[in-house]
Parts: sequence; C-alpha cells; structure tokens
Amino acid sequence: MSTAHSHDAAGHHADEHHDHGPAKGWRRWLFATNHKDIGTMYLVFSLIMFFIGGSMAMIIRAELFKPGLQLVDPMFFNSMTTMHALVMIFGAVMPAFVGLANWMVPLQIGAPDMALPRMNNFSFWIMPFAFTLLLSTLFVPGGAPAGGWTMYPPLVLQNGTSFPMMIFAIHMMGASSIMGAINVVVTIMNMRAPGMSLLKMPLFVWTWLITAYLLIAVMPVLAGAVTMLLTDHFFGTTFFEAAGGGDPVMYQHIFWFFGHPEVYIMILPAFGIVSEIIPTFSRKPLFGYDAMVYATASIAFLSFIVWAHHMFTVGMPLAGQMFFMLATMLIAVPTGVKVFNWTATMFKGSISFEPPMLFALSFLFLFSIGGFSGLMLAIVPADFQYHDTYFVVAHFHYVLVPGAVFGIMAGVYYWLPKWTGHMYNIKLAKTHFWLSTIFVNVLFFPQHFLGLAGMPRRIPDYSTQFADWNMVSSIGGFGFGLSQLLFVYLIWSTARGGVKATDKVWDTAAPHGLEWTLSSPPPYHSFEVAPEVK
Amino acid sequence: MSKILKYAAAGIAASLATGLLPGQAALAAWELNMPVGVTELSEQIHRLHMLIFWICVIIAVAVFGMMIYSIVKFRHSQGAVAAKFDHSTKAEIVWTIIPVAILVGMAIPAAETLIRIEDTRNSELTIKVTGYQWKWQYEYLDQNVSFFSTLARESDAARQLHSGIDPNTVEHYLLDVDKPLVVPVDTKVRVLLTSGDVIHAWWVPSFGMKKDAIPGFVNELWFRANQTGIYRGQCAELCGRDHAFMPVVVDVRSKDDYQAWLKQQQGGDSASATAAVEKVNDGATTAIVAKAE
Repeated sequence: MSTAHSHDAAGHHADEHHDHGPAKGWRRWLFATNHKDIGTMYLVFSLIMFFIGGSMAMIIRAELFKPGLQLVDPMFFNSMTTMHALVMIFGAVMPAFVGLANWMVPLQIGAPDMALPRMNNFSFWIMPFAFTLLLSTLFVPGGAPAGGWTMYPPLVLQNGTSFPMMIFAIHMMGASSIMGAINVVVTIMNMRAPGMSLLKMPLFVWTWLITAYLLIAVMPVLAGAVTMLLTDHFFGTTFFEAAGGGDPVMYQHIFWFFGHPEVYIMILPAFGIVSEIIPTFSRKPLFGYDAMVYATASIAFLSFIVWAHHMFTVGMPLAGQMFFMLATMLIAVPTGVKVFNWTATMFKGSISFEPPMLFALSFLFLFSIGGFSGLMLAIVPADFQYHDTYFVVAHFHYVLVPGAVFGIMAGVYYWLPKWTGHMYNIKLAKTHFWLSTIFVNVLFFPQHFLGLAGMPRRIPDYSTQFADWNMVSSIGGFGFGLSQLLFVYLIWSTARGGVKATDKVWDTAAPHGLEWTLSSPPPYHSFEVAPEVK
Repeated sequence: MSKILKYAAAGIAASLATGLLPGQAALAAWELNMPVGVTELSEQIHRLHMLIFWICVIIAVAVFGMMIYSIVKFRHSQGAVAAKFDHSTKAEIVWTIIPVAILVGMAIPAAETLIRIEDTRNSELTIKVTGYQWKWQYEYLDQNVSFFSTLARESDAARQLHSGIDPNTVEHYLLDVDKPLVVPVDTKVRVLLTSGDVIHAWWVPSFGMKKDAIPGFVNELWFRANQTGIYRGQCAELCGRDHAFMPVVVDVRSKDDYQAWLKQQQGGDSASATAAVEKVNDGATTAIVAKAE
C-alpha cells in the first residue's frame, strides 16, 4: 500500500512535465513504448497464432481420424505439420513468454518500464510481418514449406517459392527474439529496485534471465543454418551437399545446437511461472529457492551439450552416442530437483485450488510424464526404436502442451486480474481447466502406444493396425481445440469488465512479490519511484 | 463423452495388463507396447525398454504419490495450516544423489547393448539399401542381384485421395511391397544404407534397428533374424510427398529357400528356363522310374 501512495505522489509530480495517459487510438499501439501495452500486444498476437497453429493441428487430426486419405493431399498434409510447428513454436509459445516478460518483469523487479522501450516496440512489430510472410506461403505456387519445421536438407531444398519466404520469415523472428532477449537482460541487470539482489529476484525473473541468454546464444546459430540453406539453394554453395564436399548431417548438428536450447527456451519461463504459483496457493514459501536457481542454470548449461540426441540414427561414432546419451540423462537430475522442490513446497502447506493452481498442478504431473518419456528417449538403443515415431510426438507434446502451454495459461489466470482489474469467472475457468486436462491426455497419451507399435511420425495415412488409437487421439484433439474457445471467451469478458479485483487479487492465498503491491489494474506508469526491497 | 471415458478406461486397463505381461500382446489393433522382435538385438532393446519403463513407473509412483498425498492431506479447505520451512539441505542432497545412482544403473545396460549394436564385424551377407523418393533399392553385394521394392498395387490404389477403396479391405495396407527383401534366417546380415536423393530411414521394428539413409554417405547396421517370416516396417525420416508410402518388407527364409531364391534371381532372364529344365528333369526321372517298373 505504501508503494501505491508513493506512486501517486510521484505521478502528480511527473504530470507537470509530460502527459501520462496512453495515446489515443491506433497510435497507442503502433507507437507503443509502454511495457504493458507491448506485453498485451504480444499476448494477443500469440493467442491468434495459437488458434492458427491449432487449426492446422485440427486438419492433421482430421486426416488421421481414420486410415486412407480422405481430406488432403499428402503434400498439403506435410505443409500442415511443418507450419503447425513453426507457428506454434515461434508464433504462439515464444511470443506468449515474451508478452508475460514484458508485463511482469518490470512489475516484479520494481522497474518503471523495460530498459529499451523503442527496441521493445520494434521487436514486437517485426512479428506480424514475419508471420504474414510465413503464412502467405500457403497461397504461393508449390504450397507452403513441407519439409518439416526442422528444415533438413536436401528435402527442404525441394520446396518452391515458399523456401526463401520461410527463411526470411525465420530471420525476422530471430531478430525479434534477440531484441526481446537483450531487452530482458538489460532490464533485469540494470533496473532492479534497490535492495533486490540477484538471489532475491522472483523465479519468473530468474528463469527469464537465463532464457534470454539462451536466446541470444542460439538464435544466431539458427540464422546461420538457414542462411547456409539459402546460399546452397541460390548461390551455388554446397555446405550441405555431399557432391560438393558438404554434409547434410552437418546441418542437423547446427540446427539442433540451436534446437535443443530452444526446447528449454520454451519451458524455463513456464518453470518460473509455476514456481510463483505453487507457493502462493500452498501458502508456504518456495522450497529450496537457491537450488531452483542453480537447477535452472544447470539445465541451461546442459542444454548446449546434448543436441545430438535428436539425431542418434544418423550414424554417429560409438563414443559420440555414449557422450550424448550420458549428457542427456544428466538433465534428469536438475529437472528432478525442480519437481521435488515443487512437491516439497506443497508438502505441509495449506493448498487451495484456484484456476492458476489447477493448471500448475496439471503442469507438474503431465510435464513429469513428458520428462519420463524424455529419459526413455535418451537411452540410445531404445531410441533406435522410438526415433521418428509417434512416441517422440507424444513426448514433446507432453512437455510443450501441458508443459509450456499450461504454464502460460496458469500465468494468464494468475495475473489476468492484476492486468485488467477484473476477476474472471472462476467456475468457467475451472471448466476450461478440466476440459483441457482431460482432452490433452486423450489426445496425446495414445500417441505413446502408436509410436511403440511402430507408427512413424509425419505421415498422412497409416496401416489399419494403428486405426483405433488414432481415432481416440483425434477425438481428444477436437475436444482440446474446442475447449480453448472458452479460454478466449474468458479473457475477452474479463478484459471488458467484471467483479473488481483487489490489489492483492488472491486475498485468501499468499501471493508474494512487488506486483501485488500495485493497484489492479496497475497505473499506466508504475514504480516511477523505485520501491524498497528488504 | 462416455465413449471417451470407455476408451480411457480400456486404455488404462490394457496398459496395466500389457505392463504385467510384457511381450504377450500380438500385433493387434489396440497395441500398446513395443513388439519384442525376432533378433537378438531387438530382444535386448525390448528388455532395456521395459527396464527403463519400470524404473520410470516406480519413480512416478513415488513422486506422484507424494504429490497426491500433499494435495489431499494439506488442503486449505480442510483447515490445513502451512508450515514455515523453506529448505532442507539434507533432503536436497538426497534427491540429487539418488537420481544420479539410478541413472548410472540405467546407463550400464544401455551402453552394453549399444556396443553390441555397433559391432558389425563378421557379417555373412551384405546388402546395400538405397532410398529413393519413394522406393527402396536392394543390392546383394557380390551376388549380382539387385532390384527395387515399391508399395504394392492394391495399397497404392486404395491410398489415393478419394479412392473409394476401404483400407480395411486391403491386406497389409501400406505395409506391402511388390518385391520384398529376402534374407536367410540365423545369418548376420549387414545392411549398408545410402540414398539417391533426400534423407530416408530404413526401419523394421521387429529387427530393432533404424538408421538414416543419407545421400553421399554410407551408414551400416546389422541384424540376425532367428525366425522365418515376413517382417514389415516403413521409412522413418520425412522424405517428401509419399514418405508414408515406401514400406520396408523383409522376407526371412530358411537358408535353403534363400539359396534357391538367390539362384533364381541370379538366373535373371534365364530363371524361367532353369525352372523349366528342373521340371523336365523331374519328368524324365519319373519316366525312367516308370520304365523300370
């Protein structure tokens, strides 16, 4: 409360030299430099992309509903799997986390805004152009990219007009991500409130700081890899062509050197969100804060030395396979520490089940299942069977949907009343939770069985022995997709109005952190006078 | 909804059943687990797979049990009062060391199996497999036998968009070829893999092995099938439009049958002639026997 007062005082003082309210009309958004406005734009953008990528998934599940080709040409099917991945990874999950960082990092560290507001504006506004370019490939001759989101040569070079468009879209997304990441690092390193030492930062801030470093380290690697593809295709180089002294497998090494840290880019901020929510609704401080920070840092470090576990079947030397197997297994240790610490936080707590907590709990269970299948995939001999089957599809969807996406939803349900000043319809949110959790399992759990029984991934049609589980999985997919309409309705209705939320929002629970000292919604410019952190 | 619940219930029941009786399930529609296979390596891989699976199940029971216990026991609505502790160095050391020990326990058998897999020495037969969009070529090195293997006609007709043919009426839909790879039983077969265009992956689940076929490079794998029969797999690396339609079919025959088949193949155009000669000879023998009587 004292912070709110000091803000008011500061606000009056500041009013004397410049205008404080948001600009009117479209100028507010196009010229946005306010972290809250940019955060909102990122979140809305990612929600739109979530539905575009989701519709592609619906086409995939509809075609796979039963054996035989019913709806689409195999080439279009391949475009759908490729675009679904690109849109969901670069358009939905990553921008959602950047949006959350924009909103919450300044509020959690007591900063007035992001450190580089104009770059913030630029990094957001690149995204709509990048995705317009990427999505427009659906309408060019030869169709959208169909070589898989991993873009392995030589196959990717068979794409037509869409090929350079995809590469340029990825360059734009990469530039946007790097700028976003630099902004997060600079903000956290320089703009923390007095008294907030690094080891007093909320875990969401910590995980984002580490994620930002991962982004800065690997996005240029992706840019390099796709640029080499581009020159191979148009300028006669042979980086990845054996006939010219190149090596198609080298592309895979470079790609996955980006790709594996990318996996953690998509999950670490979710770890952070869950680490905020579980203590709040367990009414007990986070267990082993320091260990959580060190575990996150170890995961980030290990993520750089395990890339080749995505490509055990390319024919690596025995020593290489051994190294990547052992390094990969090692990731289970810090990840285990995190899961144990979350459990220990709940142990002897006083737990209530508001929507954010429900999503966090679902995350805990289902992400762990994804972790177990990940451990199985690390075992090279077994991976020779699992590789490129639906077992892998089940694995990464478990870590990405009930993992990353549920983490994002938990965060939205946790902070939405703070952002809008309105409490949402709890009952409806719980319905959304139960539908999502049930259907996500109906959707992805049978895919483990399909993969083990021998169904390869990325196929539009399959042998009749796989028919039953595919039908179950498709039903789960349609149910999951439809359930998300509730999410949109909830956000829309909460933004428009509803019961006033208090400053603390979760009055009966124990939310901890500077964001809860502000009003709900927070003033357009918050923390103009830095709060003191004890 | 009730249908889904029924499926879910069936799924849970079935996973418990197969879990308890590993390797008993036949290749049925509701298949849940990896097939055991017909090679030493695939059996070993299956054992490894079950071992990690059970370790994961045990850890899951312990961890999920603790989570569920906390969720049930320490409910705010039941008047639970939160404790104040926020760390315990002892506990944290314990749950760092125990997983490391478990991982070492898993890594040892995994490494042993891996070393066996990579040992392609002393093979008795070498076959070069080349992937093309979208078929396989099999060359029996030093045997002068080479042919292509493509999706069987019936499957190919049925898999066309709006074909109107029900895939359920096609035997081995999408898993049948015009001409399978034929190999002898109980023989160490080395497979050399390469590709003529993009990357493919050659995979027969029953042999436990999968490896990429990469243009400009040669990969190798080996298998020794211990049962005759026909084993089916698919290309396992996205290779373009018809990636789903280039199955791998291996016909494992007795050594004699294999030799006979090989002779016939080596005959090439004269194969039918050879067969005819055999028939004539047979006829002649019969005639002689008849005369003697």
